[in-house]
Amino acid sequence: MGKKTNLVGEIIQDPKVKPLSPHLQVYRPQITSVLSITHRMTGVVLSVGSLGLASWIIAGAFGEQVFSVAQLIISYWISQLLLFAWTLCLFYHLLNGIRHLFWDAGKGLEISQVTWSGWFVVSSACVLNIIFWLIAYGFFAKLV
Amino acid sequence: MVEFTLPKNSRVMKGAVFTSPTSAKNIRKFKIYRYDADTGKNPRLDTYEVDMDTCGPMVLDALIKIKNEIDSSLTFRRSCREGVCGSCAMNIDGTNTLACIKDLKEVNGDVKIYPLPHMPVLKDLVPDLTEAYEQYTSIKPWLKSDTPVSGKERLQTPEERQELDGLWECVLCFSCSTSCPSYWWNGDKYLGPAALLQAYRWLADSRDDSTKDRLEELEDPFKMYRCHTIMNCTKTCPKNLNPAKAIAKTKKMMLEHG
Repeated sequence: MGKKTNLVGEIIQDPKVKPLSPHLQVYRPQITSVLSITHRMTGVVLSVGSLGLASWIIAGAFGEQVFSVAQLIISYWISQLLLFAWTLCLFYHLLNGIRHLFWDAGKGLEISQVTWSGWFVVSSACVLNIIFWLIAYGFFAKLV
Repeated sequence: MVEFTLPKNSRVMKGAVFTSPTSAKNIRKFKIYRYDADTGKNPRLDTYEVDMDTCGPMVLDALIKIKNEIDSSLTFRRSCREGVCGSCAMNIDGTNTLACIKDLKEVNGDVKIYPLPHMPVLKDLVPDLTEAYEQYTSIKPWLKSDTPVSGKERLQTPEERQELDGLWECVLCFSCSTSCPSYWWNGDKYLGPAALLQAYRWLADSRDDSTKDRLEELEDPFKMYRCHTIMNCTKTCPKNLNPAKAIAKTKKMMLEHG
């Protein structure tokens, strides 16, 4: 099929196919939608990451030697950094999941409540993650 | 279908710049989405320099001024100019609202105006709302009562009437539906917040007797359950209504009615 042209010979689009108005390209990121997509993405990270954690545990079933290799891998700084990110995802997904339960019960659906609960979830996830890692690295044990 | 980029025929090209006469001192730039099917060309973004000293306070005032004084081909819907008709819904400064009640002071810098997002465009700022209206019709937005017509009003207690507050005010501008990512990706099967708020408006009406049928109609993986409580709808509603809450209440009713 030849391309359509207008009277002056320029190639034109089929006027019957209406263009789609811009969406993601122009819609300003909202606290509502950004936290929603973050919930999804942290869910994906948790699924993928849990495979890694499972293989760490499974390594233990193969005996001491295999497990010590796994230990070595997981204690490498880059693995620790990934784990730090993974637990952050865990805390965010957990807290935001509770936020969703409130919504499903019909509570906290006013936009002012949604805004503060959103920021509460984000900041609490960060705080919980830091506390978690301080405990993991024995920070509080040293204090006692 | 989730598709992050625009189809080839929908990509927005650079447009014309309409500079203001040098005598104007208080100039503001308006970047407006233009599309004309007759040219067969892709949509473009035109820039208009508007003299704000002679312009009204709202975005609609600026649009009308541009149409009257700079470019008469600029096309948009408008009617009541006071937020009760819902015609001038568009994407202004990144969120959906009614141009007539959007204060230009609330926008920083250049004013960017696009049609309602992820909709087929007829011309410039005029989207094709045919499907959205069909979805509205599908929820049967009228009273379905078993009680025969008596020639008198169907009475409600003040409390029963109160249940409709926050629902009847909807002007069907579709700002909410077109702000919803779920509606963007599944607008053919998901009814969207505007139609669902209306569905709840009739579920909540004490005079309506078809609650069971109405709920059964919504029992479908897509029609209502594509709402993932993202809440862009409530965030953007120019009338400050809460479609997300109406949908949440409908989901609860669904449980209660088994």
